[in-house]
Amino acid sequence: MAEEHREIDALTGTATTGHEWDGLRELNTPLPRWWLWLFYLTIVWAIGYWIVYPAWPLLTNSTQGLLGYHTRTAIIEDLDALKRQRGPMMDKLTTASVADIIADPQLLDFARAQGRVAFADNCAPCHGAGGGGAKGYPNLNDDDWLWGGRLAEIEQTIRHGARGSDDKGRTGVMPAFGRDGILKPEQISTVADYVRSLSGLPVEAGADLAAGKKIFADNCALCHGADGKGNREMGSPNLTDKIWLYGSDKQTIMDGLRNGRGNVMPAWGSRLSDPTIKALTVYVHTLGGGEK
Amino acid sequence: MNALQTLVNDAEVLPVQGGLEPDDDIPLYAPRRKIYPQSVHGRFRTIKWAVLVVTLGIYYLLPFVRWDRGPNAPSQAVLIDFPNRRFYFFFIEIWPQEIYYLTGLLILAAIVLFLMNAVAGRIWCGYLCPQTVWTDLFFAIERFVEGDRREHMQRDGRRWTAVTWARKGVKHFLWLMVAWWTGGAWVLYFADAPTLVKELATGEAPLIAYAWIGILTVTTYSLAGHMREQVCLYMCPWPRIQAALTDEYALNVTYRYDRGEPRCSVKKAEQLRAQNQPAGDCVDCLQCVHVCPTGVDIRGGANLGCIQCGLCIDACDTIMSKLGRATGLIAYDTDLNIKQRIEGKKAFYKLVRMRTTLYAAIIAVVGGIMIYTLATRDSEGISIIHDRNPMYVRLSDGALRNGYTIRIVNKRLKYRDFIVNVDGLPSTLVDFVGLPPRADGRQLVSVGPDQTKEVRVVVTDYSATPPPPSTSILFKLIDIDSNETAEMRDHFFGP
Repeated sequence: MAEEHREIDALTGTATTGHEWDGLRELNTPLPRWWLWLFYLTIVWAIGYWIVYPAWPLLTNSTQGLLGYHTRTAIIEDLDALKRQRGPMMDKLTTASVADIIADPQLLDFARAQGRVAFADNCAPCHGAGGGGAKGYPNLNDDDWLWGGRLAEIEQTIRHGARGSDDKGRTGVMPAFGRDGILKPEQISTVADYVRSLSGLPVEAGADLAAGKKIFADNCALCHGADGKGNREMGSPNLTDKIWLYGSDKQTIMDGLRNGRGNVMPAWGSRLSDPTIKALTVYVHTLGGGEK
Repeated sequence: MNALQTLVNDAEVLPVQGGLEPDDDIPLYAPRRKIYPQSVHGRFRTIKWAVLVVTLGIYYLLPFVRWDRGPNAPSQAVLIDFPNRRFYFFFIEIWPQEIYYLTGLLILAAIVLFLMNAVAGRIWCGYLCPQTVWTDLFFAIERFVEGDRREHMQRDGRRWTAVTWARKGVKHFLWLMVAWWTGGAWVLYFADAPTLVKELATGEAPLIAYAWIGILTVTTYSLAGHMREQVCLYMCPWPRIQAALTDEYALNVTYRYDRGEPRCSVKKAEQLRAQNQPAGDCVDCLQCVHVCPTGVDIRGGANLGCIQCGLCIDACDTIMSKLGRATGLIAYDTDLNIKQRIEGKKAFYKLVRMRTTLYAAIIAVVGGIMIYTLATRDSEGISIIHDRNPMYVRLSDGALRNGYTIRIVNKRLKYRDFIVNVDGLPSTLVDFVGLPPRADGRQLVSVGPDQTKEVRVVVTDYSATPPPPSTSILFKLIDIDSNETAEMRDHFFGP
């Protein structure tokens, strides 16, 4: 090593690398020995890691490692542990009726937690994240129920749906009075004014409420009742309250009269497990509007 | 010369001119001198033994002290209960959200340290610091097994025989036992001590307990057995901070050079004094250096290596007594007083100064605030989250309803029943969802001992005029038995 560079920096007394850039030279400061050993140790550690854990990609698979560790099996184990942890409560939820669940505070907490997740996964796209509803999709927080707000009624609606293919589902549609030629356009306008008057909304000047009442009695009372309070057997809404599924302005009401209404709620009984349906029932019931 | 000065002197390397050979022998660290502290007797040694017995006694035995809290809480006087997120200290129970008490304790600890420093220098280092206390214990074991300074040095200097090796083995075994017991006591603060001891003995304790015992065995063994004064000289920040906080009035272990210099033997001193020449009391016996646990020569003046333990005072006093001279050649004193005496003025100690007054005032204020908040803290609490969706609900009769999730905290160790009232709206109805009303029509929320409970509450406003888009409302949580209340503000939203 006779060629070894021994130029010494005057200021620091440290050897330089011998490289020079525009008069600047670089000090040759070696790494501390402990640092170097730690560095070698990490390399040894990495080799050990390759041997015991899955590491190198192969054409169709990868090296599996001596420990037999696999992220998927780790997740499955974690989920199994979670199931075991929930086991006793889940068993109770499976065997209990919705009425039993409401009566047991601990089981109610568990069911509401399960229901909140199931609601977000399945119901929120139409009914909103907190069940707040949207135009055409009922708000589940309020006290107005198309098909009934008791536990059994809510469970029935969730399980079998409305206006769908399920035989036990809710049925009943608003006919298209205008499109099918049952009512003339001016009759639709007249009865729309009358419907607004039922809940105390202002009507257009010169509206003939008596004529509207006559048209209502002849065509609408069959489903909505003579007093307009609706009928839960057919899902016909109460027209005298402050809640409007589609809107309370005259144009929206006339639109419903002309073209009819009939949104579909899927039957969840064939898609979700029985405990999940019960948890959802309890969750919706306890949003604030559940009926006794 | 102490280790730091050695370091500084060794590091003073002149720039090497170009073309000269580099000095490859510059040591990066000061080489360590092994210290063999000699045993000593006297006032400060006695104080140090007493402090050692009391502090270690507290540390090792405190987990076994019981404190009855009834059936709903652990009965260990001092317990850090991580699984249940509680800290128990005799009659105090701290919840995680009250961790600011820890901040208060840390402030107090810092200021008390500053005050101790302003009064008498690094007495924390000399008497109370765990590093000092455990090192002192390890020194005692070392002297017990390998003999006192002279004996120990001679044995180490001679060729090592089987007996030398055996002594070393016994010493390290005893050290490891103490270290192991230290680690063992540590984990007892985190679980029921008698149960954990039984579990540890039968091998049923959780792995983490064994791991922590192992870690603390290693740290105690290496810090108190091997690193010793190196911790004080190189690792601990307090000597550096302390130097910036001290002043000329703070007591330090001081060699009174006004009395000690010039050093000379007893005989020479008699001759000099006979000729009416000055002669000091220091006989240069080096006892003060030999007993020093950090290897300092205190006669060099105030010094970073000095932990102010006072053992050199005891050593010097012993010698002075034997010589029939006045004790106190080395004493807790100040350089200021030495100058005073040289000038023939009276020595004094000024305890009440700006900094001691200020530190004491801060301690009083922080301590007072902590005691006040601890004494008046709520035994219950309420926190509220407003529904995010929907923000409000219109009911069929036109009334508005808002939904809230509230969490009720019960810090008492018994079941309690609460009602929640809402103020701020003209006409409201508060309904706990899923909670059947009792016979008197009230809905009571029952919260278990030392627990929290989450409930859903809907608030309906029946007032004729619709409220503004946002109304501030006040939730009042009331314990129906004691009438204690906790309050929390939130909002009632409308269209």
